[in-house]
Amino acid sequence: MNMIAPKMTKHKAPAKTSTLRGTVNMTHGGGGRGMAELIDNLFLRHLDNALLRQGHDAALCAVPPGRLAISTDGHVISPLFFPGGDIGSLAVHGTLNDVAMAGAKPLYLTAGFILEEGFPLADLERIVISMAAAAREAGVPVVTGDTKVVEKGNGDGVFITTTGIGVVPEGVEISAQRARPGQAILLSGSIGDHGIAILSQRENLAFDTEIRSDSAALHGLVAEMVAAVPEIAVLRDPTRGGLAATLNEIARQAGVGMVLEEEAIPVKPEVTAACELLGLDPLYVANEGKLICLCDAEDAGRLLEVLRAHPLGREAALIGQVTEDPHAMVQMRTSFGGGRVVDWLAGEQLPRIC
Amino acid sequence: MKYIREFRDRGLARTLAEAIARESDTGRDYHLMEFCGGHTHAIFRYGVQDLMPDNVEFVHGPGCPVCVLPVRRLDDAVELAERHGVILCTYGDMMRVPGTKQRSLIRAKADGADVRMVYSTLDALKVARDNPEREVVFFAIGFETTTPPTAVAVKQAEALGLTNFTVFSNHVMTPPAMRHLLETAGEEEVKIDGFLGPSHVSSVIGSNPYKPFAETFKKPVVIAGFEPLDVMQASLMAIRQINEGRHEVENEYTRVVTPEGNLKAQVLVAEVFEPRRSFEWRGLGAIPESALKLRARYAAFDAEQRFPLAAKDSREVKSCECPAILRGAKKPTDCKLFGTVCTPDNPMGSCMVSSEGACAAYWSYGRFRGPEEQKKGAAA
Repeated sequence: MNMIAPKMTKHKAPAKTSTLRGTVNMTHGGGGRGMAELIDNLFLRHLDNALLRQGHDAALCAVPPGRLAISTDGHVISPLFFPGGDIGSLAVHGTLNDVAMAGAKPLYLTAGFILEEGFPLADLERIVISMAAAAREAGVPVVTGDTKVVEKGNGDGVFITTTGIGVVPEGVEISAQRARPGQAILLSGSIGDHGIAILSQRENLAFDTEIRSDSAALHGLVAEMVAAVPEIAVLRDPTRGGLAATLNEIARQAGVGMVLEEEAIPVKPEVTAACELLGLDPLYVANEGKLICLCDAEDAGRLLEVLRAHPLGREAALIGQVTEDPHAMVQMRTSFGGGRVVDWLAGEQLPRIC
Repeated sequence: MKYIREFRDRGLARTLAEAIARESDTGRDYHLMEFCGGHTHAIFRYGVQDLMPDNVEFVHGPGCPVCVLPVRRLDDAVELAERHGVILCTYGDMMRVPGTKQRSLIRAKADGADVRMVYSTLDALKVARDNPEREVVFFAIGFETTTPPTAVAVKQAEALGLTNFTVFSNHVMTPPAMRHLLETAGEEEVKIDGFLGPSHVSSVIGSNPYKPFAETFKKPVVIAGFEPLDVMQASLMAIRQINEGRHEVENEYTRVVTPEGNLKAQVLVAEVFEPRRSFEWRGLGAIPESALKLRARYAAFDAEQRFPLAAKDSREVKSCECPAILRGAKKPTDCKLFGTVCTPDNPMGSCMVSSEGACAAYWSYGRFRGPEEQKKGAAA
């Protein structure tokens, strides 16, 4: 069985390794031979592992003692392939990160595919290969899955729902409710890369940029952070709605305010430029490989060292402070020297991004 | 980053703030109307007001194209999308603007109408090319800045022989609106000592069209760019004019705006469009010769010619103060609906939708000033 998947680099042309021809049809979800072939030739072939190979309706997995962290996430991104990843790798990273933000070590993944009739099988294989590579790199197997086919026009190519299961190390108690005035707010790197990479590929908006999605699994980084400072209060990954939405979410849940320093927030020049052109604020643009950490002020230095020593946290920065505020507002001192509120995003003007 | 950070420099901002504080006369107030929503947005996004002395106040003008569009025209757009089965292409901001009975394009879309967000007129043309069997209408809005691209789209549609592409024109013009504001300002005691004049609009029409206006009404006009340093520099220039009793057209935005403007764009617009006899502005009422329609020569591309639009009983939400806010007569915080029933998540009026709208700017960037300070601002 060929288990070697290509590196997840550019996914513009169909993968040369694809052995599948034709398109998805209703028999692929019908429970008959067509479906069995698809499972054997595609999903089992690429995602292969001992637990998946059991072939039961339910995977039987050993679980170490401790609390489980479970998260599920539906992925409906458009376009399916983008600079820095595709829906397959994103479906792995997105869910692993949600589990990791509880401070947990992810153990298992499940994957549910909803395929649209007529979708090229070669593209589906590229997605599964990329998913397999992401799971392998993360060291977390996909242990069970499901495939359904919907009629043409009732889907958008491929939707993937993944569930992640992990276990929280003893003594770790990460939760938004633990945000307290005086805590430091750390950010693991530059914001907006994912959202801008996606926008640059949109059919009606295509523009040339070097920006690649930051899509990455963060649990390795989280493990090192938790090992260094088990008392970390809050971890979140600022995905949809960007840094602004995630910080507002924490502020509201904990009933605290926040004050950010605009100058301290890393934004790549290319992202700034694209945002200027499109009239976007990078604070609201999605990320898929960044985390926000709230910790006691005296732990901030130590955590920044850990972050910056890791490839996924090199540009980590202290971006602000938690404050007392009954209105739970996120404010910012602008680099211009004034002040403003960083509000929730009202509605969603952008296309599907994760 | 060249030309982005340079115009947001904190050190220069401080120097300008000191100059404004030094030169402004503490014995009087300065009411500067920033005409454009772009200025309003910059003032709030960068916290410019924080750097100004208390006696210098920005009065937010009507230069937000989404905000000044009357409900009737929005209802017409919804009708185009719902009853005539067209693909309606629109700039994103228009999607959430509430029409009569809170009916918006985004709701029409949810109910099955084919409404598509585009970033440029060329996207709309592409939609028309890709869907030859469907009627495609571009919902054209905006001041002089966005008119030339619409003119280009019409000419390209003609060159391509497209028969399924039309434009629902709502293009409006700045100088008639500014004139109208001052002609009627006395009735409501809108205090305007000077204008921060349009930036992008002026790149097209130039600075000359404001001259008769400044002379007639004896108000200084300083054309200002949209960066926060532009706003501060232009404010200083306006304050100097006011102090010296001058009322001239000055140009702070020299890196883009010339006295004559973009002649090529002007010729193109004049070729495709002509002034309407009168056009209803939200908040300002009917203003003669203040908007553009397609010339008869391009009638084939005029959505108003192609689709019979029904008469409507269009109504704004009662007690929404958008109209007075657009005239500069009231502040968003004077509105009973502001922040209670009307928020960016559930907008009652257009000023709460667009990021250039005064209400949205107040809400998104200014809430931290708290009720006390907002009251103070409202009383001022």
